[in-house]
Amino acid sequence: MGEASSLLSGTARISHLEMKGIVKQFPGVLANDHVDFEVRAGEVHALLGENGAGKSTLMKVLYGMYKPNEGEILIDGLPAVILSPSDAIAKGIGMIHQHFMLVPSLTVAENVALGLRSSRGMLTDLKVVSERVIELAKLYGLLVDPSAYIWQLSVGQQQRVEIIKALYRGAALLILDEPTAVLTPQEVDELFVTFRQMVRDGHALIFISHKLHEVLNISHRVTVLRDGRVIGSVATEEATKEGLAQMMVGRDVGLKPEHKKVDVGKAMLELEDLWANSDRGVAALQGVSLQVRAGEILGLAGVSGNGQRELAEVITGLRNLIKGRVILGNKDITGKNPGEIMEQGLSYIPEERMRDGMIREFNISENAILREHHTQPFARRGFLNFPVITQYAGELVKKFNVKTPSLDTPAKNLSGGNIQKLILARELSRKPGVLIASQPTRGLDIGATEYIHTRLMEQRQEGTATLLISEDLDEILALSDRIAVIYEGQIMGIVERQNANAENLGLLMAGVRE
Amino acid sequence: MQNPLLKKLDFEKIVDALLPVLATFAALAVGAVMLVLLGANPLQAYAAMVEGAFGSTNSLADTIVRATPLLMVGLGICISFRGGVINIGGEGQLVMGAIGATVVGLWLPEVPAFFVVPLAMLAGFLAGAIWGGIPGALKAYFNVNEILSTIMMNAIAVQFMNYLLRDPLLDPDQFNAASKIPQTARLVQAFDLPRLVPTRLHLGAGIAVVLAILVYLFLWRTSIGYRIRAVGLNPDASRYAGIDVKRYIVLSLLLSGAFAGLGGAIQILGVHHRMFTDGSAMGFTGSAGFNGIVAALFGKLHPIGTIPASFLFGALLVGANKLQRVMQVPSAFIIALNGLVVVFVVSSEIWSRRRSRRRMSMSETLPELDGSNKLKKPGETQI
Repeated sequence: MGEASSLLSGTARISHLEMKGIVKQFPGVLANDHVDFEVRAGEVHALLGENGAGKSTLMKVLYGMYKPNEGEILIDGLPAVILSPSDAIAKGIGMIHQHFMLVPSLTVAENVALGLRSSRGMLTDLKVVSERVIELAKLYGLLVDPSAYIWQLSVGQQQRVEIIKALYRGAALLILDEPTAVLTPQEVDELFVTFRQMVRDGHALIFISHKLHEVLNISHRVTVLRDGRVIGSVATEEATKEGLAQMMVGRDVGLKPEHKKVDVGKAMLELEDLWANSDRGVAALQGVSLQVRAGEILGLAGVSGNGQRELAEVITGLRNLIKGRVILGNKDITGKNPGEIMEQGLSYIPEERMRDGMIREFNISENAILREHHTQPFARRGFLNFPVITQYAGELVKKFNVKTPSLDTPAKNLSGGNIQKLILARELSRKPGVLIASQPTRGLDIGATEYIHTRLMEQRQEGTATLLISEDLDEILALSDRIAVIYEGQIMGIVERQNANAENLGLLMAGVRE
Repeated sequence: MQNPLLKKLDFEKIVDALLPVLATFAALAVGAVMLVLLGANPLQAYAAMVEGAFGSTNSLADTIVRATPLLMVGLGICISFRGGVINIGGEGQLVMGAIGATVVGLWLPEVPAFFVVPLAMLAGFLAGAIWGGIPGALKAYFNVNEILSTIMMNAIAVQFMNYLLRDPLLDPDQFNAASKIPQTARLVQAFDLPRLVPTRLHLGAGIAVVLAILVYLFLWRTSIGYRIRAVGLNPDASRYAGIDVKRYIVLSLLLSGAFAGLGGAIQILGVHHRMFTDGSAMGFTGSAGFNGIVAALFGKLHPIGTIPASFLFGALLVGANKLQRVMQVPSAFIIALNGLVVVFVVSSEIWSRRRSRRRMSMSETLPELDGSNKLKKPGETQI
C-alpha cells in the first residue's frame, strides 16, 4: 500500500522506459521485427498502425503477456525482466484493455481492491480503498462513486474505474489500448483532460489509436508501425494527418471519400413507430420512425447500446417487434422472417460480423453462398453445384480484393478486414434496394475502411438506400446525407449533412435536445 | 503451396488424425495395468484379443457384424452432432427401430420377402425417426435439453419393449410352454438378410457402408446438409442467412434417430430374427447406442471416418470377449476397458480441438491468394 500513497504525492517511478530490438515470432508470422520504442515520464507517446502491424504484440510484450524472442526492456537504463502482468504491475506498468476487466456485480471500490492485499489482513479494507479512490478521482478528474456497482455505470465511467484501478496499483506508465473507441466526443474530451493531468504529474502514457485527429490532439510523439517494423517516429507538432496515414498504409490514402451529388429517389425503407425489447426484456426501441430514400445514406449516430442493434435486427427480421410497421419498397415486411425479407431486396452487414455474418468454420466458398445456398444456380435439385459456387466465390474474392490463401480457407483464418470485404461482396452482389450497414468498419484498419467507404459510396451512386449505423462519428459525418441520432431508443433529431458537426451531434447523442 | 506454415499444418493434421488411435493405445496401456493387478499377463491377454477379433474368417465376420449397428448409430450421430444437437438416445432409437421391423415381419409372414424386408426397414427407420424427432421438437420449440430428453426416451423405449414382449408380442410357443421368456416368435426365414460368405456376416454391413457414403454426400453436397452444418456451427449466422433454425434442429435429431432405428431393424433382420429382452436396453442392443457415439467421435464425426472407427470398435468388443474367456478375468474388465477407451478418445478429441484453436490464434495474418484456388472435397477437417 505504501506504493500507492507515494504515487498520490506525485512521484512516479519510471522516468524513461525503452524497448530495444524487440523480435516476436509466431509460427509463419514475424509480428515484431527489431522494434525500438521508448517513452518518457511526462509525455503521451502514440502508437499508430493498422491491424496486424504489431502494436498489440509490442504492448503485450511490455505488459508481460508475451515473451519476446529477442530484445530487451530497459527501465531508467536498467534491464527489466517482465515475465507476467504481475511483474509489469510491480514495476509500475499498467494497461487499460479495450475490453474492460471489471466484475459487474461488484462495486467500484471492490473492483479496485480485487486481488490486492488488504491492510487489515483477513478483513476487507474497503473504507480505506474508497477514500483513496476518491482522492485519485479528484486529482485526475475521474469522477466516480466508489460505492456504485459496475453494472450501473456507463461505458465511459467504467473506463474511469479501469484507470483508477491502474493508478491505485501504482502505475507510473499506462498503456491505453484504443481507449476512445467506446466514448462520445464529449467523453473523449473529458478523458483527454485526465490524460493531460496525469502527464503533468509525471506519468508516461502510451496511447494506441486508429483515429488520427485524436493522436494529433493528445500526443507529444507518434511512432508508426507497419508489418511489424517501425516506420518512423515523429514529434506530433511536426506531423500531419495525411503524413501519418501515408506512413501507416505505405501509400497515399484519401481520408475522406468523395461525396458526389446524387438525386435522391423515393423512400425505399420506411419505419413507422417501432417498439421492441432488448434481450434483457428492457424497452430498447421506443417509437422509432425513419425513412431512407433511394440514393441516400442515412447515418444513425449514437453511443453504443442505445437501440442501434435492436433497430437493425428488427428491420432484418431477426428480432420481434412489439409495435410498429416496416415497409420495404412498397411491401409491408413487418413480422416476416429474415429469409423472406432478404428476398425482398434487403442486404445486411451485421454488427457482429464473426457471429452473425460468417460461419467461421465454413470456407470462403461456403460463406460466399450463405444467403443464397438454396437458390439457382448454386443449388440444383437439392444438390450444391460446386463448380458454379467456386467460380462465384472466386469472382467475389477478386472483385472485392479479399486476401485469402485459397477458397478452401476457413473464414476464421481471415483478418477482420478481409472478412468484412467478403461479407460486403456477398451482400452487395445481390444488388440490394436497401442496405443496412451496422458498424461496417469497426475494428478495421485504414486501408480496409477506405475500401469499404468507397464501396458504400458507389452503392449510393447506384441508387441503393443505405442505413448506416455507426458509433464512429467521423464515419457518419463523412458518408451520410442525413444524420439521425438515437438515444435510449428514441430518435433525438435528424440533421442535414451540411448542418452536422461533432458538437451538435454529440449533444444529441448525450440526450440533450437543442 | 510451398509455404512452410501450410506444410506444418499438414503435419498437424496427420497428428490429429492419428490421435484417436494413440488414445486407444493409451487406454489399452492402462488396461494392461489392470490386467497385471488381476494376475493376468497383458501381452497374452491382448494377443488373445487380436486373435478373437481378426484370427479367423469367422471372427473377422463377427467383428463386422458387431460393427454394423455401431456404424448405423454412428451415422446418425454424425448428422446430429454436426447439426449441433447431442443425441444420447441411440439405445432407445435402436430398440424402437427393432420393434418396428419386428412388428412388420410378424404381421406379414405370408408376403414375399422382397416386399416385407424393405418395408420392415422403413418401419425401423420411421420408428427411430419418431423417437429422435420428439426430443428434437422439444428442444427446438420448448428449449428442453436434448441430452436429458434423449436419455429419458431410452428408458421409455425399454419399458415399452418390455411391455410388448411380455404380452402383446410374446412368442406363442413361450406362452404355451408357460416359461414366458420375454421374446417374440422368430420371423420367417424368408425375411433373413442374405449372408455374404458362409459366416454370420449379412447384407446389413454392406447397406451400412453404402449409407455412410450417402450420409457424406447428404451432409456436404446438398443444400439441406449445408443447412444442418450451418445451424450446428453457428445458429446466429444461420438465422441471418434465412434458415429456419428450429426446423433444422428437429430434422437433425429426427434423422439421427432414423439411422439408429434402421440399425435396429437390420439387427432384427440380419442377426437376431426376433426381439428379446432381459429387461434392459443393453440386453438387446449390446450398448451399441452408446458405443456408436464413441465410434462417430473416433471417426471425427465424419461418415466415412466412422466406417473404420466402427470396425475398430467392433474388433475391440469381440476381442475383449475372447480375452475374457481365455484369460478368465472378470467380465467387468471388458466394460472397464470399453469405458477407458471412451474416456481416452473423447479427451483426446477435446485436446486436439484446443490445440487447433491455439494454432489458429497464432497465425492471424495469411499470405495472399495464389493461382491454386481449386475447391478441395469440402468438410474434411471441420467439426
